[in-house]
Amino acid sequence: MLSRRNPQLNSHGELIHLLSIEGLPQAVVTQILDTAGSFLSVNDRDVKKVPLLRGKSVFNLFFENSTRTRTTFEIAAKRLSADVINLDIARSSAAKGESLLDTIANLSAMHADMFVVRHSESGAPYLIAQHCAPHVRVVNAGDGRHQHPTQGLLDMYTIRHYKRDFRNLTVAIVGDIVHSRVARSDIHALTTLGVPEIRAVGPKTLVPGDIREMGVRVCHDMAEGIRGADVIIMLRLQNERMSGAMLPSAGEFFKNYGLTPDKLALAKPDAIVMHPGPINRGVEIDSAVADGRASVILPQVTFGIAVRMAVMSIIAGNNA
Amino acid sequence: MKLLIKNGRIVDPATGRDERGDVAIAAGRIVAVGHVSDDFHASRTLDANGLIVAPGLVDLAARLREPGHEHEGMLESEMAAAVAGGVTSLVCPPDTDPVLDEPGLVEMLKFRARSLNLAHVYPLGALTRKLEGEVLTEMAELTEAGCVGFSQAEVGLKDTLVLHRALQYASTFGYTTWLRPNDAWLGTGVAAKGPLATRMGLTGVPVVAETIALATIFELVRDTGARVHLCRLSSAAGVELVRRAKAEGLPVSCDVSVHNLHLIDVDIGYFDAAMRVTPPLRQQRDRDAIRAGLADGTIDALVSDHTPVAPDAKTLPFAEAEPGATGLELLLALALKWGAESGAGLPRALATVTSAPVAVLGDSLGSLAASAGRIVEGGVADLCLFDPQARWTVEPGALRSQGKHTPFRGYEMTGRVRCTIVGGAVAYEARARD
Repeated sequence: MLSRRNPQLNSHGELIHLLSIEGLPQAVVTQILDTAGSFLSVNDRDVKKVPLLRGKSVFNLFFENSTRTRTTFEIAAKRLSADVINLDIARSSAAKGESLLDTIANLSAMHADMFVVRHSESGAPYLIAQHCAPHVRVVNAGDGRHQHPTQGLLDMYTIRHYKRDFRNLTVAIVGDIVHSRVARSDIHALTTLGVPEIRAVGPKTLVPGDIREMGVRVCHDMAEGIRGADVIIMLRLQNERMSGAMLPSAGEFFKNYGLTPDKLALAKPDAIVMHPGPINRGVEIDSAVADGRASVILPQVTFGIAVRMAVMSIIAGNNA
Repeated sequence: MKLLIKNGRIVDPATGRDERGDVAIAAGRIVAVGHVSDDFHASRTLDANGLIVAPGLVDLAARLREPGHEHEGMLESEMAAAVAGGVTSLVCPPDTDPVLDEPGLVEMLKFRARSLNLAHVYPLGALTRKLEGEVLTEMAELTEAGCVGFSQAEVGLKDTLVLHRALQYASTFGYTTWLRPNDAWLGTGVAAKGPLATRMGLTGVPVVAETIALATIFELVRDTGARVHLCRLSSAAGVELVRRAKAEGLPVSCDVSVHNLHLIDVDIGYFDAAMRVTPPLRQQRDRDAIRAGLADGTIDALVSDHTPVAPDAKTLPFAEAEPGATGLELLLALALKWGAESGAGLPRALATVTSAPVAVLGDSLGSLAASAGRIVEGGVADLCLFDPQARWTVEPGALRSQGKHTPFRGYEMTGRVRCTIVGGAVAYEARARD
C-alpha cells in the first residue's frame, strides 16, 4: 500500500507540490489567490522581478506540446528570478525510448529544484512527485483528462476579481467535459470555495452522468444550462472530437452548444464569459461573444502569470 | 518415499471431512486418511499439530510468463511461488509469446514444468491461431499435447461468427472454451467506468462491456450446447446474468480473481499502478455481489490471476502501466480472508480453491480428475499444510515470484503455508521464521 496521505501536502497540511485541486483545503486555495493578488502589481512595474526563486532551477517538462501554458510558466518563473530550462520532451528523450522516471532521474542529477510537468496521461505528475528527491517540487501543468490545477486557480482568481463573493454564484461549464482537465480542476475549486450551483452543460457523449458525484448539476440543454448564470466557462473542443462517434460535426455542436449573443442573453446581464484558450471561433464560441463586453478571456491570461508565480513561490517556501 | 503427516486437522471440502488425524502417503498416493495403522513405516514424519491439512490448491488462472516473457517471470520462479502458496495445480492461459497454438509449444511447456517437479501445469490452448480471432487452432492435437481447454486470454474475439464456429467445433469434441466476458469495443478502458474514473480522468470500462459479452456467450451456448467457463467476472450485473444462466441449466461455470473479490476502484488511491488489474476494480456494490455470488455458488472458483509484471512496466503513469499482479502466494490467505469476513467459513473458502476448480476442469484432468482437489485414499497426494492462525504482512521483497507488484502490499494476512506436497513429495517447506 502506498501512503494514503495526500502527496501534495506535507504533514502540516502545507502545499509542497501542486498536483490537483482535489483535496486542497479552502485556506490553501485562498492563500494562493491572495498571494497572486500581491504579484499582480509586480507585473505592472518597470522591473518585473522579485527574488523569491533566485538561484533555483525550474524545469518545464512538456511531454505534450503546449506553447501557451509553457510560456506563462516560463514568464512566471523568470519574474520570480528562477533559472528556467524548457524541455520539449515530446520531441526528444521520450521519442528515443527513455522512460519517464529515467528522464526525471537525469534531470534531478542536474540539480533541478522544480518540475513543471505536462503529460498526456492522467496521474503522471503523481508518479514524478513520488519518485523525485524530497527537496524537488512538482507542479502539474495538465495531466491527461485529470487536472490542470493552475488553470483552475487562475479561473478562480478571475471569478473573484469580477464577482467578489463565491457563495451566491451560478457557474456554467459548457462543452467537452469528459475530456477536460480544466473542467475537473474548476469543479473542485468551485466546490471548495462554496459556489452553490455548478452546471455541466453538453451532450451526453461529452458530459458523463457520474460527474454529478463531483457536486455538479448536469444539463444537456444549453438554454437550461446558462439561464441565470453569473459565470460561463466555455471549454475548447479538440479538433479530433469534432466529428466521429462523440459528435457528428463542429457545425452541429455550435448550433446546440456554441455561445452566441442570443444564448448569452439568457445569462445574468453582468455575466462573464471565460475560456481556457486557445479558442475555436465559430465552434464553441461566436466571435461577437469572444470579443464582446462579457468576455474576460484575455484578463484570464494576465492573471494566469500571477497565479503561477504564487503557486511556485508558495511550494518552494514549504518544507517537505 | 513414505510420508506420514501426524496430528493435523484434516479439512477436505469435497467430502466434508473435518477432523484431527493422520495422513499416510506412499508412492505418490494417499494410502490412509484419519487413522494410520502402526505398521506404516514412514521414511519421514511431518508434525502437523496446529496445522490444517488441506488438498493442494488449484488455481485456474496463473501466468508463468514462459515462453516469451522471461524478464517478467520464469517457470522456476513462478512454480516456486506456486508451491510456496500451497498451489499444486495451475491452469495457465495461452497468451505467451509465441502463443500456445501449436502442440509442440504445449509439450515443451509441460515438459519443462514436469522436469521442475513442482506444481502440475495445465495449459489452455489458444482458441484461434496467434489469438488473432480468425482461424481455429488444432484443438484435438492440442488436447493430446495436454491442453485442458481453449481460450482467447485477454484478446477479445470481435467476430461473433468466428466465436460461434469455435464453440460449435469445441463442443463437437466436448472441449471447454474459456472466455473472459468483455466486449472488445466497449472494454478498452483502464479503470471501471464510474464516478471515480470520471473524477480521475481515467478511461472507463462500462458494466455493459461485461453484460453484452455474457449475453452473446449465453445465446451462443444455447445455440451450440458448448460448455463455457467464464473467466474473472467483475460486476454485480454480470454475476446476476450468470446466476440466471445457471438456473436455466446452461453448461457454464465461472471464476473471480482475488482482486475483484477484495478490492474496489477507490483503492486506486493516487494512481497506484499496483491497482491496475484486469478486469478493472469496480464499485462497492459489485464487490458485494461478487462475494455473495462466490458464497452461493454462482461463482464456482477463486483464482489468483497471477501475472508477474516487470518493475519497469509498473513505474509508469496508471494508464500506461501493464495490468497484472503477482498472486500465487496470496491465494490461500485471500480465500481464508473472504471465508472469515463473509461468514462462509474455512471449509467453504477452501472449496473455492480446491474442489470447485477441479469440478470446473472435470474430465480434462484425465487420471487426476477423480482425486485432485480432495483428500481420498488412493488419490494423488497433493496437499497443502498451513497454519490458520499465522499472521504475516505482504512484503513484495519476500515473495518468490519474480513479479513483486500486488495491490495487497502491506496487508496483514492470516493463514500461512507451512508445507506443500506434490505427488507425494515435499515441494515446499517454510523455514522456521517464515
